[in-house]
Amino acid sequence: MHGRPRKASKPEEEAASAAKAVKLRSLQSQFMTYHHDKIYTKEAIELSTKLLEINPEAYTAWNYRKLAVEDSLSRIGPDPSLVKPILDEELRVVENALKQNFKSYGAWHHRKWVLSKGHSSTGNELKLLDKFQKLDSRNFHAWNYRRFVVELTNRSEQDELQYTDDMINNNFSNYSAWHNRSVLLSSLLANRADGFVPEKKIPDEYEIVHQAIFTDPDDQSGWFYHLWLLDQTVNVESPLLTSSWPSHGSSVILSGAGCFNGSPSNFTTFCSETGSFPLILYFDQAVGGVSSLTVTLDSELKGNENLVWEPISNKSSQVSCVWVARLNFSSQPCGSKDYKVKVRLGNSPGIVSSRGFNFSAPYEFVFTAHVHDPAKDSQERIVSWTDGFELWDAQSKDLNSLVTLGQLNAGIDLKWRQAAIDSEIECFRLLADSKIGKLTLARLLMASEAMMSDAAVKGVHYEEILQLYNDLMALDSSHHHYYKDEHSVAFLHKVTSSSESLSRYLFRYRDMNNLVCLRLNKLSLSRIASVNKLLFVQMLDLSHNELHSTEGLEAMQLLSCLNLSHNRIRSFSALDSLRHVKQLKVLDVSHNHIGKHSVDTTRYLCSSPLSNSDLSQDDVRRQNPGLVTKYWDAYFVLRDLNLKQLDIAGNEIAGDEFNSFVLQVVPKLVWLNGQKPGN
Amino acid sequence: MIDLPPYPPLDPSNYYLIVVGTGVSESVSAAAASSSGSSVLHLDPNPFYGSHFASLSLPDLTSFLHSNSVSPHPPPPSSPPILPSNSHELISVDLVHRSLYSSVEISSFDSEILEEHSRRFNVDLCGPRVVFCADESINLMLKSGANNYVEFKSIDASFVGDSSGELRNVPDSRAAIFKSKSLTLLEKNLLMKFFKLVQSQLAESDDTTTTTVKISEEDMESPFVDFLAKMRLPPNIKSIILYAIAMLDYDQDNMETCRHLLKTKEGIDRLALYIKSMGRFSNALGALIYPIYGQGELPQAFCRRAAVKGCIYVLRMPITALLLDKETGDYKGVRLASGQEIFSQKLILDPCINVGLESLSSLTDQQNETLRVLVPKAMINKEKIARGICVIRGSVKSDISNALIVYPPKSLFPEQLTAIRVLQLGSGVAVCPADMHVLYFSILCENDDQGIKALLSAMSNLIRLPVPESDSSVENDTCEAKPLLLWRALYVQELVKGEFGGTISSMPSADGSLNYKETVESAVKLYEQIMGSEELFKEEETSLENTTEENEGGVEIEEN
Repeated sequence: MHGRPRKASKPEEEAASAAKAVKLRSLQSQFMTYHHDKIYTKEAIELSTKLLEINPEAYTAWNYRKLAVEDSLSRIGPDPSLVKPILDEELRVVENALKQNFKSYGAWHHRKWVLSKGHSSTGNELKLLDKFQKLDSRNFHAWNYRRFVVELTNRSEQDELQYTDDMINNNFSNYSAWHNRSVLLSSLLANRADGFVPEKKIPDEYEIVHQAIFTDPDDQSGWFYHLWLLDQTVNVESPLLTSSWPSHGSSVILSGAGCFNGSPSNFTTFCSETGSFPLILYFDQAVGGVSSLTVTLDSELKGNENLVWEPISNKSSQVSCVWVARLNFSSQPCGSKDYKVKVRLGNSPGIVSSRGFNFSAPYEFVFTAHVHDPAKDSQERIVSWTDGFELWDAQSKDLNSLVTLGQLNAGIDLKWRQAAIDSEIECFRLLADSKIGKLTLARLLMASEAMMSDAAVKGVHYEEILQLYNDLMALDSSHHHYYKDEHSVAFLHKVTSSSESLSRYLFRYRDMNNLVCLRLNKLSLSRIASVNKLLFVQMLDLSHNELHSTEGLEAMQLLSCLNLSHNRIRSFSALDSLRHVKQLKVLDVSHNHIGKHSVDTTRYLCSSPLSNSDLSQDDVRRQNPGLVTKYWDAYFVLRDLNLKQLDIAGNEIAGDEFNSFVLQVVPKLVWLNGQKPGN
Repeated sequence: MIDLPPYPPLDPSNYYLIVVGTGVSESVSAAAASSSGSSVLHLDPNPFYGSHFASLSLPDLTSFLHSNSVSPHPPPPSSPPILPSNSHELISVDLVHRSLYSSVEISSFDSEILEEHSRRFNVDLCGPRVVFCADESINLMLKSGANNYVEFKSIDASFVGDSSGELRNVPDSRAAIFKSKSLTLLEKNLLMKFFKLVQSQLAESDDTTTTTVKISEEDMESPFVDFLAKMRLPPNIKSIILYAIAMLDYDQDNMETCRHLLKTKEGIDRLALYIKSMGRFSNALGALIYPIYGQGELPQAFCRRAAVKGCIYVLRMPITALLLDKETGDYKGVRLASGQEIFSQKLILDPCINVGLESLSSLTDQQNETLRVLVPKAMINKEKIARGICVIRGSVKSDISNALIVYPPKSLFPEQLTAIRVLQLGSGVAVCPADMHVLYFSILCENDDQGIKALLSAMSNLIRLPVPESDSSVENDTCEAKPLLLWRALYVQELVKGEFGGTISSMPSADGSLNYKETVESAVKLYEQIMGSEELFKEEETSLENTTEENEGGVEIEEN
């Protein structure tokens, strides 16, 4: 059934098929007349039978038959002995049609329709399916229908699991069988069926899929199943809080507009013009339902009784990994008083993951806030990314309070999961000479790192993971971008795995009162990851990398200075996520590819100015509709930011026209491409 | 042989070809010659078809082995010189019978039951033997139309055994490797990789356009066993490939005792036969099939085909003498045991028919030359094959009826020089009553004792010997699971090669291999030499009747 080459048809075959087409057309037009006139006579129905036996794809004919059946059923009443022959005839037509083409959606669907009427015996259905699956064991129509019949007949899931066993034993190159297995196991495990506990079953399944993978590593079906198993091993159902800002036990220094001008700065100083600071919750999976009802705050800071929680997500959905609330501190008197804030989650239900699991393990964390005088120094100085940096003191104690583990290990049955991953790693080291073997090993090692709780051995796998992705990039150029991204992810996990490794990338920026800057420049990063560990960062240097987008940075709600120069940003749409970063003042996107590529596919994923009706006409749009249309992507991003400094030189888009457009959109801009506008 | 029923004289008495013996090689020749239009007379001294390839009831098998064995050899009766009818032109040379079998020992452990069912057995003389689906014999059957007279069934499983008594499945396909419980993950990986390499090698030899050779010329000429080591295959897998898939006999790791060190090229060919066999017929389970009612059906099928094409058959008809031209020494005809003289241009003989050394002395050089192939030679190659047949109650492996078991060299005992093959067959192929199985054993050996010893060792590994009542309790526990022996035959067969001798040729005996590949190939080659024909069964190809009626578990062999 699979892998058969298509043969070019011979002239006589073409002639035959043309003759068939003529016949079919006349049948079809006759049929349409009947259908149109709602004629359900015996003759008319027989014509549709004929048509379907030649062309099972004639969907209209199937629908016509449904109408015809309904019609005749309405006339004969509910007597089963009369109903059954009518439905049996339908089953017979379907069977003949399937003989013609067993991948006909219409035919399978019609059969389902007939069976759900409830008058036909289901006994023959599995036998019929066996016949079709013998013809093609992977036929997903048959498998779909099988699931339908199983449900109808209440056949046990265990029996079905045994059936997939048989099919896989017969030929393990069968995606449908493996897939059905994953569906059945999910259900059996979720219902805690007899003996179906994950810590026992998942390792058993690994054992089975190993046989397939090792026997023929070139066959993908086993690998897909393995990926599913890995997912079952790594992912915990109920969502967990992985990190927050401020973090548990930390103390933050808050100050009003301008920068705090006191003793040597540390991480935890945050300046705000609006007199509020963000409280960030970072979950391991997208959740909804974060609100003042589900998150309770015990705070001495006044005016935060009814906090508004906002999901930080590019899609305008109500689920997100990152949720933010803004806490007001402006009403507090300045001074040396520490305000204690206690945050509690999960005490009342409501936080639910997108897969429908509850945040169940209650969790709480405490931090203290210290409110300072606003600094007098409100002069707008240009931020230079080239000098003024000093390496951070690695011994600083402040660091430890920043890199915390969050809730990760709370109350999870990690033991069997770790054991399973460990034995998988051992197993796949044997297959590390193939590409897929290397990739799987890298994924397993990443999973192992994610589950490691022992700080002493945490991070031991990263060198190997990075090497594996390097090898893969060299071996398999067609998937280079994927490996590159995974390499970046692993690298960033490594950087953030301990305060010690992170401190190597931390600098003080002298010009801004020793503001802490994370410099991840010149690392050929193509993707951003591990943001949950970097929520404290206010100044970030990502220059000289290979980034295509800022996706992920939206969680860094404290970020005020960002350097993206010398990357591979192709349009302003790629900066869309920055719209959520309200603190951003300084942005350097110079020397990227913005405007270089006239056709930008990411546009189609973005809101277009023409289709978006909820946007009120603002001044810029009224004055310059032509430029807004031309630079709409820049317009949407820049309009929502409060930038003081922007560098866009070295992009195709940069020029006098665009500069003046930028100044119209961001009138408060102080520095554009290193110069004061108007000078 | 003395009490021959009276036969009416044969008419006509002149043929192009006379074939004596109805073994596979002789029957193929007779069928091929008749289908090419030649007049053929096919004789057999026995009352059944198949000669040394026959399948017989237990009593018939017993008497055949005894009458064809060396030990109770009666001196050849000095026949009264009967002068040829036209004695002034012809001379007659008496023939002697050569015994192929020795050390025949037949024991019955439950004669009552066997007596009761004695006619329900079809036991092969040349076992263990199976047919590979891609075997040349299948091709010949399809070509000749002989396939219409035989039906096959699949061998359900094949195993490798050792002295522990454990039988492990032979991982011979992707699904079998996947399911195997005895291989480690890495072994599965290496074995499948190796199979893929072989397959890509085969695909390339079919398709000459791609020039990327996977296995180098140098490797192709190197010993197969070295090549397997180069592929990092561990010893247990090497052994499975060599002895249970490539079906080799000699220990490839022992240079001193190995009579035939296989080259990689030959090894790949053998694997190719196996691999091609696996996929050839969609209704066959694996690579091996077996004819229902026994091996004797195969030569018979060719004979029937020959009869359809005009070949004349006479069973129970030995020939006693050859007739030669006095002057030229050329072959002219044979004298039948009935006394009738029949003439032909060519003669093909069963390997058992020889010329007595004493009769040669009086002949001229030319006459000697004509009879060259019938002169018994001193055996240069002392190779023999020891065969054993056991009738058992039960099966050596539960749930499995028809199975092949291979004991690689040294697997049973250190001095085991060659592989032992065992074939179990059940009532499904109509060779025995329902609750029993017939087991065939074979091993190549240098002398009778060595062979018989090895066979007995394999038998005790699989079967429980009936023990007297008194000490049955002693071994009760360990032997409980093994099937019980009811009947046993042990014999050693000589391996005789076929020989082309112009007008008179001698066909080979049943060989030591598991299938018919070599038997049929050598028969075809010999036939082509004798008849000078280009191709066998040339015109038959289209006359295939496709009979595709469903038969339970049967394998219908068809051109596909």
